[in-house]
Amino acid sequence: MSDTAADPRLLRAPPRKGIRLSWADERLRAIIWQVLVVGIVVAIVWWLVRNTNHNLEVRRIATGWGFLGREAGLPVAESLVSYSPTNTYARALLVGVLNTLKVAVVGIVLATILGTLIGIARLSKNWLLARLAGVYIEVVRDLPLLLQLLFWYAILQGLPSPRQALHPAEGVFLSNRGLKLPWIQWQDAHSFALLGLVIGVVLAVFYARSARAKQMRDGQPRRVWPAAIGLVLGLPVLIWAVLGAPWQGDIPALRGFNFTGGLTITPEYFALLIGLVMYTAAFIAEIVRAGIQSVARGQWEAAEALGFQRGRIMRLIVLPQALRVIIPPMTSQYLNLTKNSSLAVAIGYQDIVSIANTTLNQTGQAIEGIAIIMLVFLTISLSISLFMNWYNARIALVER
Amino acid sequence: MSATMDPADGAYVASVARVDGPPAILLDKVNKWYGAMHVLRDINLSVAQGERVVVCGPSGSGKSTMIRCINRLEQHQEGRIVVDGIELSDDLRSLDAIRREVGMVFQSFNLFPHLTILENCTLAPIWVRRMPKKEAEALAMEYLTRVKIPEQAGKYPGQLSGGQQQRVAIARALCMKPKIMLFDEPTSALDPEMIKEVLDTMVMLADTGMTMICVTHEMGFARQVADRVVFMDRGEIVESGVPEQMFNDPKTDRLRTFLSQVLRGH
Repeated sequence: MSDTAADPRLLRAPPRKGIRLSWADERLRAIIWQVLVVGIVVAIVWWLVRNTNHNLEVRRIATGWGFLGREAGLPVAESLVSYSPTNTYARALLVGVLNTLKVAVVGIVLATILGTLIGIARLSKNWLLARLAGVYIEVVRDLPLLLQLLFWYAILQGLPSPRQALHPAEGVFLSNRGLKLPWIQWQDAHSFALLGLVIGVVLAVFYARSARAKQMRDGQPRRVWPAAIGLVLGLPVLIWAVLGAPWQGDIPALRGFNFTGGLTITPEYFALLIGLVMYTAAFIAEIVRAGIQSVARGQWEAAEALGFQRGRIMRLIVLPQALRVIIPPMTSQYLNLTKNSSLAVAIGYQDIVSIANTTLNQTGQAIEGIAIIMLVFLTISLSISLFMNWYNARIALVER
Repeated sequence: MSATMDPADGAYVASVARVDGPPAILLDKVNKWYGAMHVLRDINLSVAQGERVVVCGPSGSGKSTMIRCINRLEQHQEGRIVVDGIELSDDLRSLDAIRREVGMVFQSFNLFPHLTILENCTLAPIWVRRMPKKEAEALAMEYLTRVKIPEQAGKYPGQLSGGQQQRVAIARALCMKPKIMLFDEPTSALDPEMIKEVLDTMVMLADTGMTMICVTHEMGFARQVADRVVFMDRGEIVESGVPEQMFNDPKTDRLRTFLSQVLRGH
């Protein structure tokens, strides 16, 4: 096997092949086809651009990005950054992008968790659990998403008015104006505590790694989670306490016909989030199930025969192999969820599509408006794809 | 795992089974059903420490099912199975103890494709035996050298030939230092020229005094290393004895028919 490498006959390089100028030459034919296709695409794009420019000129429609600096006069119900209708269009569009990201990022995280749980539940030996998961998947993925969004929005609209709001606990109100939760008045100490949380997570990761490295040295496995929880929770609490433990509650209260104070989850955001998460989770569940089932039974048996227990087999042997099957279709589902968030328009959640649409109507700058929407989704989608492809390549299986 | 030397006359005795000690494996009236199908019928088998047993029989005769019951990849429904003094029961601790003592090699190798050859061999010593990584790697290299593929340690299973993969599977099982090795048709998925390299590895292992149960159709291997051959058909043990007697003078028609079919191909 290894001694054959020294055989000089095996070191001979493959012969170089030239291209013949003949239609029968496969490689020449391939090059001609490629040149032809690229040429056609370039021609179509050139025609589209020329045609658009011509039509814009004829109809005397102004183009350009000057409108971005003008006052928007556009009310936005919820925003992650401070905004008022006197702000510019650029600011309004930024609010829209952030709203899209807010629903997409939270949605992707929740859909992944819910979908994975349902996927594993469907494989459960518990008859009832497996059937419930199966029914959930069949019902949810067979109904159009738009219908589901309207369904959730209708249910939330059916909640009582603020005066008759459901009031399960102090400072918690559920009404047709959304979910009101108690919050705190944000101060610098809280920002530092948040920073402490991030540092705590990083430290916990390092701690887990060093525990693994120690196990590799002396063989003894170590319990990581007590110290990890201590780091993740303890550090922010410590920082908060050192900075004087500021605590000023911001409790929602009923004033007239509506609430003031507190944290609000609007019915529009809530309906969109529930709809997207439940819909996407059904698909993710099937992907997870397929991924786990794609790992041969022999892998379980070999690991059991070596004395491994089920949890370890799942973590060390099955999941690493299942992930290779799971990641590519999972990427598609993340992209679907992100793009489906544009259905927000239907229930009045002001995402980028909704705000760009209004901008487009008010300014008449359709091309710029559509271009912004396309650019935003392209950027988000490409970012997700790049990250997932990187992750996929990192765990790819080595074959021959 | 060096060959033992008899202190009395210095003779090489590893190939002699110690039949006087307690049996390494005892199957007592074992029965098993798949649904309504009765696949193991009153199996009685006692394997002494250091004994090498070859199990043969037509396909569907229950050979694989029987040895898979020994480390509980399948569950028997009736009877007793005692391995190394521990009875197989629903108690998970006894199962863990048994699986640590019993190594298994499968027809389809079942190497972990996402791990290198070395990692395949060190995974169980590290996580199940709680061995330091360096020690586990040294151990793995020792066994990979013994199965004659130390130079493949950094490769992945998909880059190896079938025969090499099966030898890695043997090394992987040996790294757990089992007292007993089970082989479930280890050469059935291999090309003829690779069968020999795997059989040579198994012969080498037999010479070290390992207790082995091997399901195989390789009659040459049975003649060479088996202390006893067990012939199964339709879920029961039909005949058993030393290889020469079994092959030269079969007592039952069923074994005679089987031998004529198997040996025709050789």
